[in-house]
Amino acid sequence: MNNEVAMRAKGICKGFDGKSVLEDLSVSVSHGELLAIIGPSGVGKTTLLRILNGLLEPDKGKVYFMKEPLGFEHDCDLEARRRMALLSQKPYPLMKNVWDNVAYPLRLRDQKEIDKKVSDALEHVSLLETADRKASTLSSGELQRMAFARATVFEPEILLLDEFTAHLDPYNISVLEDAVDWYLKEKNAAIVMVTHNLFQAERISSSTAFLFDGEIIERDRTEKIFNEPEDERTEAFVSGEMVF
Amino acid sequence: MTGDLLHVTLLSIFVSVSATLLASAMAVPLGTIMGLRKFRGREVIRTVTYTLYGFPPVVAGLLIYLLISSQGPLGSLDLLFTPTAMILAQMVLVFPIVTGLTMSSVSQVAEDVKETAMTLGADRWQTAKTVLNEARIGVISAIMIGFGRAIAEVGAVIIVGGNIKWHTRVLTTAIVLETRRGNFEYALMLGVVLLSVALFIFFILKRYQEKGVKM
Repeated sequence: MNNEVAMRAKGICKGFDGKSVLEDLSVSVSHGELLAIIGPSGVGKTTLLRILNGLLEPDKGKVYFMKEPLGFEHDCDLEARRRMALLSQKPYPLMKNVWDNVAYPLRLRDQKEIDKKVSDALEHVSLLETADRKASTLSSGELQRMAFARATVFEPEILLLDEFTAHLDPYNISVLEDAVDWYLKEKNAAIVMVTHNLFQAERISSSTAFLFDGEIIERDRTEKIFNEPEDERTEAFVSGEMVF
Repeated sequence: MTGDLLHVTLLSIFVSVSATLLASAMAVPLGTIMGLRKFRGREVIRTVTYTLYGFPPVVAGLLIYLLISSQGPLGSLDLLFTPTAMILAQMVLVFPIVTGLTMSSVSQVAEDVKETAMTLGADRWQTAKTVLNEARIGVISAIMIGFGRAIAEVGAVIIVGGNIKWHTRVLTTAIVLETRRGNFEYALMLGVVLLSVALFIFFILKRYQEKGVKM
């Protein structure tokens, strides 16, 4: 099984309105790995994810997608963008029914066997029975599950998850976490998950990075980060003692 | 009388639908670009466009008249007192309305839709198409309002069309004429026909508004 590095960010700096958010940050994720990026609110986790997706251009530094440098914003290589997906905290339902929402990325790529792929994707998030419903009528949990199906139906090699279960009930969290686990193993994908839900990071990630003060303070196997962290700031954060 | 009414009605539909379609063919892409892109001077263009919503029809008629009269720069085309001149005059009035309202509708959904489309692998053209499709309720409403402005217009078409029987007479100019003649019943009947035409066109547009484009 391919365990090569799928994506690497090197020396990333990014600031807004003169305030630095990310400082010389480097991070990588490999195929078959689910990397959780944890850290307090406002520390730049979402900014990092948007840079990795090519939506936002860093002030300095580069992102390598399968060893090739990635362009940003309008210059982001379409081929690269079509091999990764970003699932945001508040997904936007297109003004279509659930089926057509999930079929949308396949139609963008003129792919074949759309019916089977959409049906499989919906089944993995237990939404097949809602296929004909308008996406705007879904509950927030159903909407996030539809968005997961839409983001994975074209089988991206890299999946970026931005607080993807925030404010959801336990049932929807469980369905989505199972779907992520299935996708990771079945497709040998590289997954980066940004979260401030430490229980979730501990539950489903294989490795964890602690982001603080614009840099990765510590990165290791999830078990080690949560049980034997080396940095005292990491320890304070995972134990809930860090006060902001 | 019946043949006259039919001709006036069909010419009204032809002139206003043509003016709305031609103006929208330019205004919708322009409004979409202005709603999607942030560029220097966008606010100035937006303000000018909104101001032109209230562009006086007689002034639009006068400008087109000066442009196509025998002394004007397009005088050689011999367009004065033709349906083409009336279409041009109505286009001047419809264009800013459709541009401005399309721009507003697109900018309301632009950020969310753009990001969704891009993260799902849309290229620039597909992204613009998706944004336009998501903004379709507003865009079709813009075209409806533009058509409403065109079909109800009288000042500009009477200046450049001349209200010539069997040639440039449309429902609105016919109403003016019949009112002056004291034929109020016939004028009112023309008004009912005018409203029915508007209702029929709106009904067709509304269907597109609900259906959208499959992509």
